[in-house]
Amino acid sequence: MEVLWCRQKIPFGSNCYVHYLYFQMVARGKNASELFPAVVKNVASKNIELKKLVYVYLVRYAEEQQDLALLSISTFQRALKDPNQLIRASALRVLSSIRVPIIVPIMMLSIKEAASDMSPYVRKTAAHAIPKLFSLDVDQKEQLIEVIEKLLSDKTTLVAGSVVMAFEQVCPERIDLIHKNYRKLCNLLVDVEEWGQVAIINMLTRYARTQFLNPNENEAFLDRGGEKSFYGSDEETNTKEVSQTSRRKAYVMDPDHRLLLRNTKPLLQSCNTAVVMAVAQLYFHLAPRAELGIIAKPLVRLLRSHREVQYVVLHNIATMSIKRQGMFEPYLKSFYIRSTDPTLIKTLKLEILTNLGSETSMSTILREFQTYVRSQDKTFVAATIHAIGRCATNISQITDTCLTGLVGLLSNRDELVVAESIVVIRKLLQLEPSKHTDIIRHMAKLLDAIAVPMARASILWLIGEYSEHVPKLAPDVLRKAARSFISEEDIVKLQILNLAAKLYLTNSRQTKLLMQYVLNLSKYDQNYDIRDRARFVRQLVVPGERSNTLSKYAKKIFLAQKPAPIPESQFKDRDQFQLGSLSHLLNMKVPGYQELPDWPEQAPDPSVRNVEVPEWTKPAGKEKKKDRKERSFYSESDGSEVTESADSSPGSESELESSTGSKESTENSESDEEQDDDDDDEEEESDESEEEEGSEPDWEGETKSQVKKKLASRNKSNLTMKGVVESASDEEDATEGSSSESSESESDSDVPIGSVESQKASKKSSKVCKAVKQEISLLDLDDFGSMPATTPSPSLVPTSLPMDLQGLNLSVSPSLDMSSPLVNPNRSYPLLHRLAGEGLSADFCFARTQCDLPAGFTALHLTLSNGTDSEVVNVHVGEPAKPGLRIHPFPTQEKLAPGASVGVLMGIDFHDSTQPVTFQLCTQARQFNVTIQPSLGELLLPVIMTERDACAEQSKLSGMNESSVEVTLKAGSITLPSLQYRLGTVANLGTVPSSEDCTLRFAAKTASAGCLVLASLKWKSGNADGSKGVLTVNSEKMTLSPILLRELQQSLSLC
Amino acid sequence: MIHSLFLLDAAGDVFLEKHWKSPLSRSLCDYYLEAKSSAFSQSGRDAAGKGDQGTTTGGGADTQAVGAAQRLVPPVLATPHHFLVSAERGRVALVAAVREEVSPLFVIEFLHRVADTFQDYFGEVSDTVLKDQVVLVYELLEEMLDNGFPLATESNILHELIRPPTVLRSVVNAVTGSTNVGETLPSGQLSNVPWRRAGVRYSNNEAYFDVIEEIEAIIDTTGSAVAAEIQGVIDACVKLSGMPDLTLSFLNPRLLDDVSFHPCVRYKRWDAERVLSFVPPDGTFRLLSYHVGSQNLVAIPISVRHSLTWGTPGGAQGKLELGLAPRHTLGKVLEAVSMTMPMPQQVSTASLTPSQGTASLDPVSKVLTWEVGKINPQKPPSLRGSISLSPGSLPPDGNPTLSLAFRVPQLAISGLKVTRLDLYGEKYKPFKGVKYVSKAGRFHVRI
Repeated sequence: MEVLWCRQKIPFGSNCYVHYLYFQMVARGKNASELFPAVVKNVASKNIELKKLVYVYLVRYAEEQQDLALLSISTFQRALKDPNQLIRASALRVLSSIRVPIIVPIMMLSIKEAASDMSPYVRKTAAHAIPKLFSLDVDQKEQLIEVIEKLLSDKTTLVAGSVVMAFEQVCPERIDLIHKNYRKLCNLLVDVEEWGQVAIINMLTRYARTQFLNPNENEAFLDRGGEKSFYGSDEETNTKEVSQTSRRKAYVMDPDHRLLLRNTKPLLQSCNTAVVMAVAQLYFHLAPRAELGIIAKPLVRLLRSHREVQYVVLHNIATMSIKRQGMFEPYLKSFYIRSTDPTLIKTLKLEILTNLGSETSMSTILREFQTYVRSQDKTFVAATIHAIGRCATNISQITDTCLTGLVGLLSNRDELVVAESIVVIRKLLQLEPSKHTDIIRHMAKLLDAIAVPMARASILWLIGEYSEHVPKLAPDVLRKAARSFISEEDIVKLQILNLAAKLYLTNSRQTKLLMQYVLNLSKYDQNYDIRDRARFVRQLVVPGERSNTLSKYAKKIFLAQKPAPIPESQFKDRDQFQLGSLSHLLNMKVPGYQELPDWPEQAPDPSVRNVEVPEWTKPAGKEKKKDRKERSFYSESDGSEVTESADSSPGSESELESSTGSKESTENSESDEEQDDDDDDEEEESDESEEEEGSEPDWEGETKSQVKKKLASRNKSNLTMKGVVESASDEEDATEGSSSESSESESDSDVPIGSVESQKASKKSSKVCKAVKQEISLLDLDDFGSMPATTPSPSLVPTSLPMDLQGLNLSVSPSLDMSSPLVNPNRSYPLLHRLAGEGLSADFCFARTQCDLPAGFTALHLTLSNGTDSEVVNVHVGEPAKPGLRIHPFPTQEKLAPGASVGVLMGIDFHDSTQPVTFQLCTQARQFNVTIQPSLGELLLPVIMTERDACAEQSKLSGMNESSVEVTLKAGSITLPSLQYRLGTVANLGTVPSSEDCTLRFAAKTASAGCLVLASLKWKSGNADGSKGVLTVNSEKMTLSPILLRELQQSLSLC
Repeated sequence: MIHSLFLLDAAGDVFLEKHWKSPLSRSLCDYYLEAKSSAFSQSGRDAAGKGDQGTTTGGGADTQAVGAAQRLVPPVLATPHHFLVSAERGRVALVAAVREEVSPLFVIEFLHRVADTFQDYFGEVSDTVLKDQVVLVYELLEEMLDNGFPLATESNILHELIRPPTVLRSVVNAVTGSTNVGETLPSGQLSNVPWRRAGVRYSNNEAYFDVIEEIEAIIDTTGSAVAAEIQGVIDACVKLSGMPDLTLSFLNPRLLDDVSFHPCVRYKRWDAERVLSFVPPDGTFRLLSYHVGSQNLVAIPISVRHSLTWGTPGGAQGKLELGLAPRHTLGKVLEAVSMTMPMPQQVSTASLTPSQGTASLDPVSKVLTWEVGKINPQKPPSLRGSISLSPGSLPPDGNPTLSLAFRVPQLAISGLKVTRLDLYGEKYKPFKGVKYVSKAGRFHVRI
């Protein structure tokens, strides 16, 4: 009907409106597939609304009308190339949702392409598309895993959650893919969107179970020992286990394990209940017992959420409370039952209260229970009685109290309550029957009043079992029961049979006839169980024609000492499932459930998680070379834009830079960094070294310093990632920084060299892949500042790789093109005095341009003068004494005439440090050691930047990366040019055009690592005798900014 | 992940379905309905009112509670091939079909998020509204999930994608034939601050914070608190231009040891300095919810005197006396006080005279309600009356539980105080305001 109606409408209504109507049909679940062709032809429409409607329609019916759906594919393929990332993403989203097997190759191709897209959003969509394709065609698994692997190494928070989700669906068993990304995932976790957090946490729980040792190993033994002795079993095993414990004492938690626990902890404060639950289960499964307490409070908090949430959380708490009773004891009151709670929740809370009961808390719990027993919800009352029974069995001190209470309930008007009480009392009496004869007697009397079969059966059983305590009463009970035998329920009939047999054995004189009567009745019962039982009893008990051997033991069989039942929690066996999972909730294995692995006996090699840091080992050499070429290309074309990074000299890398060389050079620059950092890092170091001694004893100081660098960089990145838009105030930021620093202190252990070697091979194998990787890292740099774990901090990079790459990508990031220096003071400094140089003297000044030196070098103008009377022959730079030192020598001066002087250009890589560099100036005859100590300002290269970019960068570089100081400017000196000049003299800065009055901005980068340095000076205009201003320096390199600030400040105070 | 989603009205009819993978038959919902009816019959010994299941007004004690609040369908049901995860909001049930292992809370939380979004867009979650707006609902679902995995759940992004309906717009739509689908592409999804739109502009910049505390307590017969805790939230309405970075500090942050934050709040700042530092979403949002646990002493702002005798069925009349008095209110006034008390079914009539307000016994559900209004500390209100039990019935064996509702404006019962709000990152001076109010949450008095 509706379809027809719609069709009629088509000519009249606007096109969009018609589709709106179709859409309503889809939503209501009506079959609108007849309209498919009419709708799909609009897929290429320009109208976004219409397009969206068509997409929905297409996805819904494509599976039914595959041929027609194919017509639309080309539109999507076109859209996948759209310059707008959102359109690319939505095209991929719809394309991958079309469930038509024939387009699998197209989908595969698009996913692969999108996975290396520039935009993280498109990559996220690609991650989403992976499970879709997988469900459509399982054969694509291998290829999809490749894509997943690639996306896993992505460093944006946007992608992380989605790709882990894809990982879980496609290849949860490929745990090896996680190794390299483990630390990164841990560090990103806080900033991932909430749904992704759940996926990541669940995956990491499983991962950690396979990779780390059980932190509770010791306690597990102690516990078991404790339990055993509680139940009074042999001491021997106990002592044995203790000895095992002492052997195990040496457990040291893997720093990565600690990292996971620490980074998930703040998420307990998430407002998403699923996230809180995920973290709670992670702690439950992974944390040392001592730390488990922190999850109790958030879990209890979840109980204030919706009822459905309560239900799930209570289920989980119930399981936890069995294993870890102490955890929830402080929150006992939160489990008190409210009369408004749904019955389902009431029973769960009862369960938990029962589990939590201990000697101390029992009295309060029992008092609560008393209130519950008076409730009008009778099912709940029954459950309460049951719970009381369990408490009484668990804690022997209160058994009597409970019994009295329960007996009191026997006079309740509600039969259900009485029946339940009887059943529970029966179980309790079994513990100590002799003491409670009067209760048994009382119950015998109740038999007349009670009709509930289970209760009647219980009473009969009790009397049969303990007939010696009530010898007079028992036969009478049997008499009554025999009379009503025919009308009883099966379960009662069976108990009557039992009672008869037992009484016959103890008191055959009085009950023989009764028993025979009962046996005869049951012989003709409808139920075969009862007939069966009757036959059995008769053979066993009645001394018949042929006395078989068994009947001798009849008494032993029937009246054997029976162990008291231990009422068990229904949650006892649930802990085999991972908490918080669907399987756990349903207590059954749900398809797709991934078993939580047991802890390994021996921890697998932790070094697998070490992340390659290519820039400071051998592969770095390659890139360095490449970059140098690019750099020179750059400066020739004077800041022209290079958009392709992949094609520049990928192949021909002869390994000129030996790995050691480049490595040590980094070290060099780090050693002085280390001094700066030392003060605040002292504590960390001690922590670290302790931990490291456990895991990797063959460590050396050098690696440690690198670690520290990494830590520093990570702090930075953490700050920037959090998106601190504008620093609130310096003090606050400083504290924030330091707090994050201390919390991050142990976050990362090491980067041994061996693993890097192995990765080098893989790196070489796929150059294309490498290019892509670079692109990705480049995006991250501008999205989030430097990233933890996999991206080394730029200060580690001896080349200006990230900087160069940033320069390449003009669309996204502010390019750091170099500008000409602002001021060229050309101040020259003596390098070699005439006397010391035996006539040869040398002066140098900083050229302040890159000239045509390769990247990383600081250019120096050397003036060599010959003060002697004779020619100086063959002036050149000697071989560097230290292996890490990189010097771009000036061309050898064949001859230097007496009195003549010549200017030459040379370059030195200072590695962004103000440490003096010593090299040799050689002549034919002599070698002179000369030393250059650069000022920090000279190690910079000016860059061109727009004001907007500069502000954006500056806001990213807040906190630890920012230092500022208040300066007083004298009245006369406040002119833009003079200030500019003054600052420009000290440091080689490039100006940033500023739209604001009274603000000067500068931008530069360090020559060697290419770290961005921003400086700004703001002052208030007006005052006659000078005014106050604020000088701020922001730098990616934290140690650099205060030094530069000091230098700039001095230059200002001079005026 | 989520395979399909069905929306069911109170009668159990599927009025909307959405499939992210191959379509499933809606007969799957029969399992849910079956469980629902069995849950009802199990606890539905009386058919008393359908009253809402909200925490504040929800009946109170057993009889009525059995009616509505106790009918919780197990949120997770196993069917032969699928698992149904459901959540109920208002009178609408959201039933999600899941095929594989997934964290059940993940789905439940998501379903509630969907319902929250409906609430946000349509003002209420009811089958009539949703049926009216079926296309909009469908579009929202389309954006919120991709292949069963949540995509855009931030209301800010959704608002950008799909405009919420207004009267004006629905008129315009009807005339021009356009829909509510946004023309713009959701740039918010790309940013680091997904909860905030870019380029927000207001002529009046204002930021308001409401500190709302609910007291949840169980008071036993003797008048002492068995359990008392405070459930507090800070709701914010922030209308600030640009990208403001706010810092909210408290006089006594120590109180907040059990908190959950909106994703915008920086955990680290809170950990280190106990200040809330955040870039706020645009508009209204819940900044923080906290819980002051039963370990802390909670001042109960009201005391209840009560005496109740049942009398004999058909014979002597029972007596009921109730008195309310404020205490620990720091001079603030108790407002909107009301009391409900579900009487046992045996009660036939009651004649009640309140000193203030109105009192009545509903003859069907047997719920006694007393609307007190404002309490004057000089003249504490009281209620006296007689109760008669219907002849032939047994006298009830337990006393009902009484639930109270009240409001104390300008008081945060926990003593929480906001000291200052600082704005960074923008130049203007915002208008700031903080409001405190304490309410009764699930406040039960056992008689």
